[in-house]
Amino acid sequence: MRVLRVGLDALLVELDDADETMAFHAELQRRRAASQLPPVTEVVPAERTVLLDGVADPEALAAELADWHVPPLRATSDETVTIPVRYDGADVAEVAALWGVAEEEVARIHSATEFRVAFSGFAPGFGYLTGLPERYRVPRRAVPRPAVPTGAIALAGRYTGAYPRSSPGGWQLIGHTDAVLWDPSRERAALFSPGTRVRFVIEEA
Amino acid sequence: MTVTVMSAGLLTTVQDLGRPGHAHLGVPRSGALDQPAHRLANRLVGNPATAATLETTVLGCAVRVDRAVTVAVAGAPCAVRVDGRPAAWAAPVRLPAGALLEVGAATRGVRSYVAFAGGIAAAPVLGSRSTDLLSGLGPAPLAPGDALPLGEPVGPAAGADVVPAPAPPDPLLLPVLFGPRDDWFTARSLAVLTGSGYRVSPTSNRIGLRLDGPPLERAREGELPSEGMVLGAVQVPPDGRPVVFLADHPTTGGYPVIGVVPAAALPAVAQAAPGTPVRFTPVGRR
Repeated sequence: MRVLRVGLDALLVELDDADETMAFHAELQRRRAASQLPPVTEVVPAERTVLLDGVADPEALAAELADWHVPPLRATSDETVTIPVRYDGADVAEVAALWGVAEEEVARIHSATEFRVAFSGFAPGFGYLTGLPERYRVPRRAVPRPAVPTGAIALAGRYTGAYPRSSPGGWQLIGHTDAVLWDPSRERAALFSPGTRVRFVIEEA
Repeated sequence: MTVTVMSAGLLTTVQDLGRPGHAHLGVPRSGALDQPAHRLANRLVGNPATAATLETTVLGCAVRVDRAVTVAVAGAPCAVRVDGRPAAWAAPVRLPAGALLEVGAATRGVRSYVAFAGGIAAAPVLGSRSTDLLSGLGPAPLAPGDALPLGEPVGPAAGADVVPAPAPPDPLLLPVLFGPRDDWFTARSLAVLTGSGYRVSPTSNRIGLRLDGPPLERAREGELPSEGMVLGAVQVPPDGRPVVFLADHPTTGGYPVIGVVPAAALPAVAQAAPGTPVRFTPVGRR
């Protein structure tokens, strides 16, 4: 773990890999919920870092973090969000070819995987989900689409994502869901908040 | 009580103190770019600082009210007219029912703030009424014909003995704390950032202050994994020209941040017109 100062009142905690980052974020959330963390305005996990913004005494917190013992992320009984998916995305054939499997295998492999939201970004409620084994990594499309439909389920690199609203996007589309991924009037505005476990289930057409 | 938009100028949005605390969901903080001006306008009409005002850009706006209400215009100085007659700037002004309020083009600076007693009562999203241009949360930028509800006035309009009207920043002096990714840039680039002249680019907006000037060189190649971004972060995209992140900035980003401009220096950014010279002053390394 390496702690970098950011401006006057923020810290960027750099971890060795994505798993360590998720474990550190889980530990932060645990301590925050237990009032064992000094007040911070924002806790923003990302791929290999967690940003702590709006920290009253960043120097003191940086010193404290260095002494933390962070347990590895456990396969706990955390709440799992279930998302019904029709695996009819425009890039299913291409993904199947990249994976070296039959087209119908894409749905089976993706829906059999247990995902976790590593972090958010790009747009409100857009989550970067990890869980697919390394061999299923796919590149982004060479030419991004000007408009990816709302609810599109997509792949890029080591991540799966779902588009809360239509936007430009370069990820490979494998399906879509009618689940409302983002609704700021709902108590839980984002279905995919960092740390949440996610299962996709095949919805027959 | 309703405010009807007659003219929205170049860009007029609803702003309050923003929606901090949701960055982990990909939600920008948003809020008034010139917060001291927003707070002053609210104070002049008896509102708490949390009340929503209108933030105009360069060309002002014009609105009609259906009931009598007190308003105040602060921020960038501009001509204020009520039914065609000159009215006070940076002071409480009583509008009769049916009056037309014209907020003129900024004579200096960029952004004026229009507070109405009771505040703009658009529906809050995640606790804020701010328009967020990046992610489309909050009320859409105003358009002629839009009708906005007003809240109930809560306090008496407050006068002010002295209303500071800061001159527009020329040059715009921006203190910068290097880090967290200054080691991604050559030593020469750090000197270029603080030693040479940049100018405010006309492509600047509420997301970022974009700068024209010499590009900064990377000391290392490759991609930085996406990471959390703070307000005032000086991010350097592949073209090498720094961008200072403002209220509607994305909450995570993939380009290295060479330094951070402390929040106290950002209200001046809100009033820096395109072409304004910019000078970064190093105030240390973090």
